[in-house]
Amino acid sequence: MFNSLKIKSFFIEIGELTFFAHRFLKEVFSRPFEFKELLRQCYYIGNKSLFLVGITGFIIGLVMTLQTRPTLEEFGAESWMPSMVSISIIREIGPVIIALTFAGRIASGIGAELGSMRVTEQIDAMEVSGTNPFKYLVVTRVLASTLMLPILVLIGDAIALYGSYIIENIKGDVSFLLYFNKVFDALQFGDIIPAIIKTYFFGFAIGIVGCFKGYFCQKGTVGVGLAANSAVVFSSMLLFIIDFIAVFITDIFFEI
Amino acid sequence: MKLEQNIVTESRDLSNKNLMLEIKDLRKSFGDNHVLNGFNLRLYEGENLVIMGKSGSGKSVMIKCLVGLMQPDSGSVFVMGEDITKLRQLALDELRTEIGFLFQGSALYDSMTVRENLEFPLRRHKHKFGDISDTTKIVTDALKSVGLVHAIDLMPSELSGGMKRRVALARTLILKPKIILYDEPTSGLDPITSKEIIELMRNIQKEYKTSALIITHDVDCARVVAERMILLVDGINYAEGSFNQLLQSKDEKVRAFFK
Repeated sequence: MFNSLKIKSFFIEIGELTFFAHRFLKEVFSRPFEFKELLRQCYYIGNKSLFLVGITGFIIGLVMTLQTRPTLEEFGAESWMPSMVSISIIREIGPVIIALTFAGRIASGIGAELGSMRVTEQIDAMEVSGTNPFKYLVVTRVLASTLMLPILVLIGDAIALYGSYIIENIKGDVSFLLYFNKVFDALQFGDIIPAIIKTYFFGFAIGIVGCFKGYFCQKGTVGVGLAANSAVVFSSMLLFIIDFIAVFITDIFFEI
Repeated sequence: MKLEQNIVTESRDLSNKNLMLEIKDLRKSFGDNHVLNGFNLRLYEGENLVIMGKSGSGKSVMIKCLVGLMQPDSGSVFVMGEDITKLRQLALDELRTEIGFLFQGSALYDSMTVRENLEFPLRRHKHKFGDISDTTKIVTDALKSVGLVHAIDLMPSELSGGMKRRVALARTLILKPKIILYDEPTSGLDPITSKEIIELMRNIQKEYKTSALIITHDVDCARVVAERMILLVDGINYAEGSFNQLLQSKDEKVRAFFK
C-alpha cells in the first residue's frame, strides 16, 4: 500500500513537472522578455559555480591520471594516456561530474530561493503587482542554467586536461605541447559535439527541477528545506537518465 | 440560518457611489473542506470595508480570489466592472495595477533594496506615469507618504516589522491604485506601531482617495477604520453593518468577535 502510494505520487510529480516544462516552453518565446534579469542570472549562476567547477575538473584530471597510470605502465602503454584521459573526460566524466556538482549548487540554491519566496508570499506579491513571476523567476533561471552549464563544462574539461598534463609532466616528463598534441589527435568531433549537446539538456533539467520544487514549495521552513533537498536528488537522478538516453542516441549516430 | 438582527442596514447611503468590487455567490472548497459557501460582497468608491472572521474562516482565500491568485469553484468577482475570473493574463495584469495588496507578512523582495522593491511594480507599468525614465521621484513620493524616505537604500532585513509594513504599503501605493486590499495590516505589530499603521491607512485613504477592503482580527483597528463591516462565518456573510451596529448585536456568534 505504502509503495503503491509512493509510486503513484512519483508519477504525479513527473506529470506536474512535464506541465511545468511545457509552460516554460510556452512562456520562453512570448513577450515581454526579461533580458536584464536573464543576464543577471547568467552572471550569478555561471560565476557562482565557476570556482567549484574549476576545482572539481582539476581534481578529476589529477585523480584519473594517477589512478590509470600504473595499469598503463604495466602494459607499456603510457603514451596512450593523453588520448585515454581526454576521451573519457570529454565524453562522459567531465559533463556528468560537473553537472552533478552544478546540480548540488544551483538546483538547491534555486529550490531554496524560490521556496522561501513562495512561503513569504513574495511570488504572490510579484503576481499582484502585474509582473508574471513565472517569466521573471522561472524562465530566466532555467534559461541561465541551460546556457551556462555547457560553458562551465568546457572550462571544467579544459582544467581537467590541464590537471592530467601536470601529473604526466611530473611522472613521465611529457611536455605541454606533446600532451595536448596527443589529446587533439585522439579527439574527434563525434566526441565533443554530442557531449556538449547533452550538457544543454543537463542544464535545462537542473534549472527546471530546481524551479519546479521551489515554485510549488510547501508552506513553512520545512517545506523550503525539502524543496532544496529534493531539487538536488531529483535533478541528479534525471541527469543519469538523460545521460543514458544521450549516450544511446550518440551510439546510433556516431557509432562509439 | 440568517438572523434578523444580523442583517442590519448599511451605515450610510452608498447607492449613489460607484461600485469598485463585487463578489457574487463565491464558493471555494479544498477537498471536503468547504471554505466559502456563497460569499457576497460589495465595496463602493471611497469606502473602508472591514471583513472579520475566525482563523481558517476563508478570509485569505476570499482576498486571493479577488486578485486572481486563486480560482474560485463558482461565483463571480467583479473589479471595477470586469469579471476577473474571465480575463486573459495581460488584461488581468493591467487590471491588477488598479489594486494594491498589502500582504500579512509584508512580502518585501528580500534580495532587493527598498528602492528596488518600490521600482519593481513600475517596470511594466511606467506608461501610467507617461513613460518616464527616472523613477526616483515616484519612489521618493511614495516613501514620503509613509514617512520612510531615509530608508530608501536599506535592505528589508535591516528594517523593523513596522517599517517593513510601511515600505510594503508604499509599494502598494506606487502605482496609485484605486482599491487597496489589506490582509491583517496590524498582525504581529506592537500596539503603538499598530496605531501608527492604522493612522497611516486613514491618511492614505484621504490623500489617495482609495477604497479599502481590510481583513483583520484586530477589533481596535476595525473600530477606527471601518465604515462598514462584514462578519465572515461558515463561508458566508453572517452579519453586516457598522461597527457600532454589530457591537450592539445580541447574536452569540457576532458578540464573540467583540469579547
